[in-house]
Amino acid sequence: MSEQVIDLKKRRFLTNATSVVGAVGVGFVLVPFLSSWMPSARAKAAGAPVDVDIAKLDPGQLVRVLWRKKPVWIFRRDAQTLANLETLDSDLSDPHSTGNSKSNQPTYITENYRSIKAEVAVIVGVCTHLGCSPTYRPELGAADLGGDSWKGGFYCPCHGSKFDLAGRVYAGAPAPTNLVVPPYHFVSNSLIRIGIDPQSS
Amino acid sequence: MDNNKNWIDQRFPLTKVWNEHLAEYYTPRNFNFWYFFGSLAMLVLVMQIVTGIFLTMHFKPDAVNAFASVEYIMRDVDWGWLIRYLHSTGASAFFIVIYLHMYRGLLYGSYKSPRELIWILGMILYIALMAEAFMGYVLPWGQMSYWGAQVIISLFGSVPFIGPDLLVWILGDYAVGDPALNRFFSLHVIALPLILVVLVFLHIVALHTVGSNNPDGVEIKKNKDKNGIPKDGIPFHPYYSVKDIVGVVVFLMLFSAVVFFAPALNGYFLEHANFIEANPLKTPDHIAPLWYLTPFYSVLRAIPPMFGSQFPGVVGMFAALLILLALPWLDRSKVKSIRYRSYPYKIALGVFVVSFITLGWLGMEPVTPVNAILARVFTILYFGFFILMPWFTSIGKTKQVPERVTE
Amino acid sequence: MKKLLTITASVLASLSISFNVLASENGVHLDHADTDINDQKSLQNGAQLFMDYCSGCHSISFMRYNRIAKDLNISNADVKKNLMFSGSKLGDKVVSSMTEKGAETWFGTTPPDLSLVARSKGTDWIYTYLRSFYADKSRPFGVNNKVLVNASMPDVLWELKKNKSAEDFNQDVRDVTNFLDYVGEPAKLVRVDLGYKVMGFLFILLILAYLMKKEYWKDVKYGNWRAKD
Repeated sequence: MSEQVIDLKKRRFLTNATSVVGAVGVGFVLVPFLSSWMPSARAKAAGAPVDVDIAKLDPGQLVRVLWRKKPVWIFRRDAQTLANLETLDSDLSDPHSTGNSKSNQPTYITENYRSIKAEVAVIVGVCTHLGCSPTYRPELGAADLGGDSWKGGFYCPCHGSKFDLAGRVYAGAPAPTNLVVPPYHFVSNSLIRIGIDPQSS
Repeated sequence: MDNNKNWIDQRFPLTKVWNEHLAEYYTPRNFNFWYFFGSLAMLVLVMQIVTGIFLTMHFKPDAVNAFASVEYIMRDVDWGWLIRYLHSTGASAFFIVIYLHMYRGLLYGSYKSPRELIWILGMILYIALMAEAFMGYVLPWGQMSYWGAQVIISLFGSVPFIGPDLLVWILGDYAVGDPALNRFFSLHVIALPLILVVLVFLHIVALHTVGSNNPDGVEIKKNKDKNGIPKDGIPFHPYYSVKDIVGVVVFLMLFSAVVFFAPALNGYFLEHANFIEANPLKTPDHIAPLWYLTPFYSVLRAIPPMFGSQFPGVVGMFAALLILLALPWLDRSKVKSIRYRSYPYKIALGVFVVSFITLGWLGMEPVTPVNAILARVFTILYFGFFILMPWFTSIGKTKQVPERVTE
Repeated sequence: MKKLLTITASVLASLSISFNVLASENGVHLDHADTDINDQKSLQNGAQLFMDYCSGCHSISFMRYNRIAKDLNISNADVKKNLMFSGSKLGDKVVSSMTEKGAETWFGTTPPDLSLVARSKGTDWIYTYLRSFYADKSRPFGVNNKVLVNASMPDVLWELKKNKSAEDFNQDVRDVTNFLDYVGEPAKLVRVDLGYKVMGFLFILLILAYLMKKEYWKDVKYGNWRAKD
């Protein structure tokens, strides 16, 4: 019956070729489905840069705005606060943001207590541990936060991470890095635009 | 590799299932074109489930946002338009495939003993699929979604005595609105797909118990070799798996042609009026269900109201659907395949196909006096096929069925 | 098999030839719009005309400015300067500034959103409608329309009609129609091109799958696989 010899090599080649091309096809099909999970045009529009007027912001006062669905804190720091920040280095994990926290701030934020202008801090209010939003605790020497050594800052109620008024994390806290500084720039002396770097504006 | 297989086989019949249903499932070697549609139906079901899962992630099932959320998918979601077109085209493709699959059953007598249960499970699947498609069409909340739902749901209002209460219960309101949309969404994405998947499973289990029919209508299990393998059988895998892949690619080419070049298919797959948001104050000039429901819609319109009630039409419509279930017992012929059937059967099947297609076409057209008469004539012919079947399948001369399948 | 493929192909073809043929409600003959969605100049001109003459009353609220900019290859700056209402952002949807109350007083009805008009009415309808206004003193704006009888809309393009040659005017209307066709389905710009690529890919797969099938089925044909007789 079997006069025809099966060409196994040809058969294997065709099976492999069809499988490979078929797999490539499946790969192509995956693209639209996976891409559909990216932020939609609506999410992108809603995540557009946000303008904040800081003309009426008093020292110590903090305002929260939503940028890309995340709270962003803008608060004014007076000279005393800035001086206190200088004294904390030994208590902090990464006081100069040169270690793990390096990528948590734009490259143009290099000094001025993690801000463009020292007196105005702009920080994403999301704990770098597991994403809760820390509470603003500016009062000096708060008993529940370490008494006299507390120079004001943020306290995360979820797992107890502490941050200073430059968003730098205290050593020993569960949060691994300093809080994130978003891209922003000053449109004028009293207007901040969050979401766009200074040079590209 | 072999160790892993053994480990699993001791705990789960993996090799056994593979052999019984693929590698050692013996399938008649004479399958023709018509035998592609079973596996294609499976493919479309999987496609509909996958695209449906992704659409559900972006769709808003409430009357205020539904329409806009579909346009959101079409514009704002990356590739959303493609996923939506795959789903909407898939709905129509499902019915094309299923209708051809059912016609195959009629051609070769695949519903006849011992395959009655496969046919019945298939028919229940078909009815469930119609419900699934109907509810899916309501979701985009366009004018056709809204008024189509209004018309179809109103049918339940014609049930004697309990009709009006039944209607309000189904809608959860006094007209089609947010509650109806919300519950149809739930049924469309959870309840009916679950039922469909279970029914498909049962349909295949029943098929694999008795084995496939074939274009000759010969039972291949009657001729086995000494190892108990049917002489006219070949293993499903690899022979029919490689053959079905060819069918799948041809199908995907036709399918893609619609998706990419004419996704609305001139109003047949996506109706023009459905691009206008549902408006309870204004009925479109002409309402028609999507094409796959229109044969039964025609039957509904063909039967005149009796005793001041539309109910007989509704009964007629459901009877047209349910009578298909009785097919295995209406057919008295000794032969299965059209190849050996008598002339009376061949003529009757031709008339039936023409009636079904004409009723489908009439269901999309507005009612005119001529159309109304045509619809009645073809409704009678449609039912005639079933009612007269015991008679015309027992007359006429059938041809001799061969012992073994022909090439 | 082959016969069936030819039949399916011809059915598909005839359906797509009749694509976009929608009669107007009152049976008026509709002129063929003859738009070309790949004609970027036409789309850009259409967008400008739409924003100048239509957007005062009609929104295309499913459309975003930056999407128009990207798809029609207009720079964000030009979109801001020429197409946008003051106070809107690039990511905003194109929503008319007319209030519903104002619309009711001026037109007796709210001007419809035109995001999907090309899909519900068809491009031929839009093209013919915009060119079918005629003087009718009995109507509030002194004009009536042959396609949409007693339309509440004034003949906003009358200035163009007066100042331009018939040919140029028709082209302008065609451009607006083309733009609305695009607005009805922005994906149309990429859909057809992608379709050819998909078909090409599937064709290669088809050849391979067919050869593979033929190779395996030699067993069945020559009896290499067979139950023992």
